[in-house]
Amino acid sequence: MGGIVMRKLIYTIFISMIFINPLKADIVVSNWDGYSAPDIMETFEAATGVAGEMSFHATNEEIMGKVTASKGVGYDVLFVSSPFAEALDKMGLLADIDHSKIPNIKNFYPEAMNLDFDPGNKFQVPYAWGTTGLCYRSDLVNETPDSWDDLLSPSDDLKGKITMLSTDRWLLAAGLLSLGYSVNETNESKLNEAKEKLISAKKDLLAYDDTTFYSKLVSGEAVMTHAWDGWCNYAIWENPDVKYIIPKEGSDLWVDTMVIMKSSNNIDEAHAFINYILDADIAAWTVNNILYKVPNKAAMDATAEIADSFPNMGMSVSELSSYETLKDVGSSAKLYAKTVSDILSD
Amino acid sequence: MSTIKKNILIIPGIAWITIFLFIPCLIVISYSFFERGVYGGIEYNFNLNNYTRVVEYTYLKILLNSAKIAFLSATIAILIGYPAAYFIHLSPSKYQMILLFLVMLPFWSNYLIRTYAWMVLLNNQGIINTLLMNAGIISEPINILYTQSAVIIGLVYNYLPFVVLTIFSSVSKLDNSLIEASKDLGAKSFSTFFKIILPLTLPGVAAGFVFVFVLSIGNFITPDLLGGGKFLMIGNLIYDQYLSARDWPFGSSLSFVLISIMLLLLFAQAYVVRKNS
Repeated sequence: MGGIVMRKLIYTIFISMIFINPLKADIVVSNWDGYSAPDIMETFEAATGVAGEMSFHATNEEIMGKVTASKGVGYDVLFVSSPFAEALDKMGLLADIDHSKIPNIKNFYPEAMNLDFDPGNKFQVPYAWGTTGLCYRSDLVNETPDSWDDLLSPSDDLKGKITMLSTDRWLLAAGLLSLGYSVNETNESKLNEAKEKLISAKKDLLAYDDTTFYSKLVSGEAVMTHAWDGWCNYAIWENPDVKYIIPKEGSDLWVDTMVIMKSSNNIDEAHAFINYILDADIAAWTVNNILYKVPNKAAMDATAEIADSFPNMGMSVSELSSYETLKDVGSSAKLYAKTVSDILSD
Repeated sequence: MSTIKKNILIIPGIAWITIFLFIPCLIVISYSFFERGVYGGIEYNFNLNNYTRVVEYTYLKILLNSAKIAFLSATIAILIGYPAAYFIHLSPSKYQMILLFLVMLPFWSNYLIRTYAWMVLLNNQGIINTLLMNAGIISEPINILYTQSAVIIGLVYNYLPFVVLTIFSSVSKLDNSLIEASKDLGAKSFSTFFKIILPLTLPGVAAGFVFVFVLSIGNFITPDLLGGGKFLMIGNLIYDQYLSARDWPFGSSLSFVLISIMLLLLFAQAYVVRKNS
């Protein structure tokens, strides 16, 4: 097959040109910038004697592109969202998680050990989790929203003052949840129903916004936004009149995970790093600084008072784990992408 | 200089273009004949499916709409840029450099920052709406930001300098004696412009138009920020295929279609220039 020659050529060029690994260290971790303490690698080395380097990716897709091109070579630990961890696992790029090397896993809520995309944490360890719902200005809405339909067919006073997430999975989840369907629905006619609903919602939108919606809320440019709970906290931080609510039809449970690459030559050190992240004090840093919930009971108990200022931080784990996690939709990915293009271009 | 020595001069340029333009384009083209794996990545089975997908209604509509926005932006940029270039040409030569410098000045700041500046200007509580409301000209803020007009405003603004420069270079080559002759023979300013000046400066107009069109049709930052993500252009679609759908092969076939459109336009422009010279 001529494809094989082409494939070799592409790999060679790709790996030599695009994949450069300038980091010479014991372990290489890739994370979102700012998602863990800035001095994490130094404190990790001080605590364990293992040296490491942190590199950053801006999006899941960016790091996916890098590790699928290099078959994982060059990285030991990655921080990725759950559907991406799942895809990496299905591509055979992930090492098995050895629980005996992660004693701090005892800090987890039992629910964090039984996530529906990976019961028993075979290929990933959750880092942070949360929900997706409505983040709104309680001082500027006439009625407290309680349904996805308040976002998708808003009352007159909210028209043109709403933003929605445009990232494919969450955009579709809003439509699917409002219809009572699964956030991982792959049935084409159900997806079409959600599509029609999302297209009709578009006329009342101020904009799609995945990155700055909280500043639009604070300025009053937007009054209600489709938001992740952790990001809504950034708006609450600046204006306590901002509130977060999960619509009565439910939410997804998003989970950001840590995974170890099968190609790693430092499997033990990679486990030691994950173990270090699960330390109660280290996990508490994430709660206090990122304002995200973590699956670490010890850390959540130690920071319980944060829920006074940011009520969604106090959400019970039984509520969190009642929501469905986003799963990789596999062969329906093209249908998902096309449905989203249909909505965004209508 | 001997031919060999002359040829040495071109080597760095050729090497650069080969390594950073030609080979990447070949990779893009070769990807476009493969398929997305179930979990992303690339499945190396040669087929033309991506090209049949390009002409599906969903994607064709995005392509046509992008072409429309790019065409409008290029046309408006020419309508604004031509008189500006002509004005600079008519200015005393000591001011010409200063005026051209002012045209280039926006390039000193980052594209993204300039785009955010437009968001500050255009939003509902922005500078323009506040001024108009305070002056009593309007009572309700006008929604400009996050509309197609905002996208076009952003594109015209960002690419206008190219138009002014290309047209200026054409206009400054005008032979004044032809214009004088036209006037001596009794032509009105109007017909002098359309029969003498415009045809002679057409290469500049064509170059400016193609510049704006090509840069606009592939743009994805402006529709995302000024259009509020509500107007998907072909650039956004390609961006999404690479960075969200993880469908590199389809993204590559869309890129190839876009590159082809751009090449066609550049050839058309070269033809116009050639015909005129």
